[in-house]
Amino acid sequence: MIEQFDPIKGERLQILSEAGSADPKLEPTLSGGELKKIYSLMVTTRAADIKALRLQRQGRLGTFAQSLGHEACQVGSAMAVDRKDWVFPYFRDLGTFITLGLPLKNYYLLWMGSEDGNRIPDGLNIFSVTVPVATQLPQAVGFAMALRYRGESAAVVAYFGDGATSEGDFNEALNFAGVFRAPVVFICVNNQYAISTPVSKQTAARTIAQKAVAYGFSGVQVDGNDALAMYAATREALEKARSGGGPTLIEAFTYRMSDHTTSDDASRYRTKLEVEEWSKKDPIERFRAYLNGKGLWDEPFESRINQEAEDLINRAVEEAESTPPPPPEDYFVHTYKDIPSQLKDELADLQDFLKEGSR
Amino acid sequence: MMLNMVQALNQALRQEMEKDPKVVLLGEDVGVDGGVFRVTEGLLEKFGPQRVIDTPLAESAIVGASIGMAAAGLRPVAEIQFMGFIYAAFDQVVSHAARLRNRSRGRYTAPLVIRTPYGAGVKALEHHSESTEALFCQIPGLKVVVPSTPYDAKGLLTASILDGDPVIFLEPTKLYRAGRQDVPEESYAVPLGQAKIVREGDDITIVAWGAMIPPCQKAAESVENGGVFPEILDLRTLSPWDRGAVLQSVKKTGRLLVVHEAPRTCGLGAEIAAHIAEKAIYDLKAPVGRVTGQDITVPYSKGEEYYYPGPERIIRGIKKIMES
Repeated sequence: MIEQFDPIKGERLQILSEAGSADPKLEPTLSGGELKKIYSLMVTTRAADIKALRLQRQGRLGTFAQSLGHEACQVGSAMAVDRKDWVFPYFRDLGTFITLGLPLKNYYLLWMGSEDGNRIPDGLNIFSVTVPVATQLPQAVGFAMALRYRGESAAVVAYFGDGATSEGDFNEALNFAGVFRAPVVFICVNNQYAISTPVSKQTAARTIAQKAVAYGFSGVQVDGNDALAMYAATREALEKARSGGGPTLIEAFTYRMSDHTTSDDASRYRTKLEVEEWSKKDPIERFRAYLNGKGLWDEPFESRINQEAEDLINRAVEEAESTPPPPPEDYFVHTYKDIPSQLKDELADLQDFLKEGSR
Repeated sequence: MMLNMVQALNQALRQEMEKDPKVVLLGEDVGVDGGVFRVTEGLLEKFGPQRVIDTPLAESAIVGASIGMAAAGLRPVAEIQFMGFIYAAFDQVVSHAARLRNRSRGRYTAPLVIRTPYGAGVKALEHHSESTEALFCQIPGLKVVVPSTPYDAKGLLTASILDGDPVIFLEPTKLYRAGRQDVPEESYAVPLGQAKIVREGDDITIVAWGAMIPPCQKAAESVENGGVFPEILDLRTLSPWDRGAVLQSVKKTGRLLVVHEAPRTCGLGAEIAAHIAEKAIYDLKAPVGRVTGQDITVPYSKGEEYYYPGPERIIRGIKKIMES
C-alpha cells in the first residue's frame, strides 16, 4: 500500500475523508472494539493534554510541549506497535505514551520536573524522553541493529518533528538505516512548524517523505489527521521492518494546533485564519463521524469514555503531585553504575549542608 | 609475549569478542582495512561483518548507534578515527551517553567504549594532534581512560569493555609503536580509577598520563644525577581520577608538578592542583607547578616543538619547583 503513494508525485495516503467515510479499498481490518479503543485513546489524549496545560497555567507543572491536534498521528501509529517492538519518542508524544500504556502519572511527573517520570516501567519498551532534536534517531537505528543482531523479530519506531529533518543526525541516522537495512520505522510528525519556523524554511523539498528515496528506502506521506491511515501505514512499515525489509520513512502531515510549548505564543508567527482552517480537519471529530457511520458511536459511549478519561487523569495528577521529590542521593547514585568516591564526598557534603539548613 | 600497544589493544579486543558475543566493533575503516592504525586488524576475518562493522563517515551516528546498541544490551566498542573528529559526535557523548542512566533512573544505560587516537608529537596533519581530554572529564557520567604502556593498554581496554559506564578510551598515537613490553597472553583487567606509581621518589610528585609518561621518565633520570628523586604517577584513568594516590604521594614529597600535553587553561592539571590546594596545602614545601601544552591551537609539524612538552621543559619545571 505504501508503495502506491509516491511522495515525489505529491500523492498522500488518506483512508478517512474529512467527512469521516473510509476508502473501502484501503480500510484496515480492525474490530469494532479496536476502533472504539482508538477513539477513546484520542479522547483521553486530548483531555490529558488540556489538563496538563491547565496545571501549567496554575504553576503546578513546568514547561511542556502540547499534543493538541496530533492525536491521530500518535494514537493511530502507536496502535500498530507490538509489545515486543521498541519506541523512541520525542518530546511531543502524549498519545503515543497513553496508547502504549505508559502510566499517565509518569508523564505528569516528568513535566513537573522529576526524572522519576522518565523512569519507564519495566516491560514497557519505550525509551526515555529527551530534548535535543533528532538525537534519538541514530540511537534508534543502533537499537534496531542490535535487535536484528540478536535475532529478534521486533522493530523500532522513532518519532520526531519536521524541524528534526534539518539536523545532521537525521541524515546520519537515515543513511545508516539504509546502509544497514535496520528494522526501523521513522515517523516524522510534520506539524508545519518548528517553534516559529515553517516547514518551507526547513526544506526546499516538496515533501519530507521523498527524502527517503535518497537514502534508498521507501517514504510515504500520510494524512496525519487520519488515524486509520496512520495505523495502516505504520503497521505495514513495521511488518516490513520485522521481516527484514529495511526501514521506512512515514511523514505524518498534520498541524500543531497549540503553541510550540507553554512558553510560546504562536500568534506571533501564524494567522488565526490558518489555524481555523486546520481546526476543520480535527482528527477526533473525523473519527467520531466514522464510528457514527458504522453504528459504533452514541451519546452514552461518548459520556462514558469522557468520564473514564477524567477519572484516569485526576488519579494520575493526584499520584504525581503526591509523589515526593527524589532524595538527593538519587541524583548521585544514577550518575555511574557504582558511585565514585568524589561523588560520595559531594553527596555527604550536600547532606551536611541540607541538615545545617534545617536546624 | 612482547607486544607493542597496537598489538596489545588488538589482543584485548579479540579476547573480549571471543568471550562475549555481545561485544561488537563499529567505526570508519575498522573492518576491511583493520583501522587506519591497524588496531582492529584481522577482527573482521575472525568475527564477521555483523560484529566488525564498517560504517559510513558519520561520527555522530557511530556514537549514537553505539548508544542504542548498548541500551539494547550489546557492548559496542566504537572507533573515532582521530580525536580531532570526535566533536561531530560530542552531542551524542555529552547529551546522551553520559546522561542516559540518570535520565532513565537506571532503566537504560550506555556501557560503550569510544576508542580514539589522540595527541601530538607525530608530525601529523591539522586535527590529528588533539588532546582535549579535559572536555570529557568535565562531563558527569563519563569515564576517561588513557594508557601509557602496552600492558596497561590491554588491561585498561578490557576493563573499559567490561565496565558498566560509557568510557572514552584515549590511545596515545605517539606510543602506538613506541616500544614492546611483555604482555600476558591471557585476558586480564587493569582496574579503572587507579593511578600507578611508575617511579618511586621522595622529593617531588609528578602526575602525568599517556604520551607524557616517557618524557617525564627521561626528565626524572636526568634530575636524579643532581640528587632530586621524583615520584611519577601515571594517572591512567582521568575521570574519575585517583585522588587518594595523588594526595598520598604529595603528602610524602611535599611538591607537585602536573604534566599534560593539553592546553594549560582549564586542563585537568588545574583540577589536580586545586584539589591538592584544598586537601594538602600545608603539606606543600613549594608552589604547585604545571608543564603543559600552550593555550594555542596545536601547530602543524614545523611548530610542534613550541607546543609539546618534552623532557627539557619538564626538567625546567622540576627545577623551578625545587629551587623555590
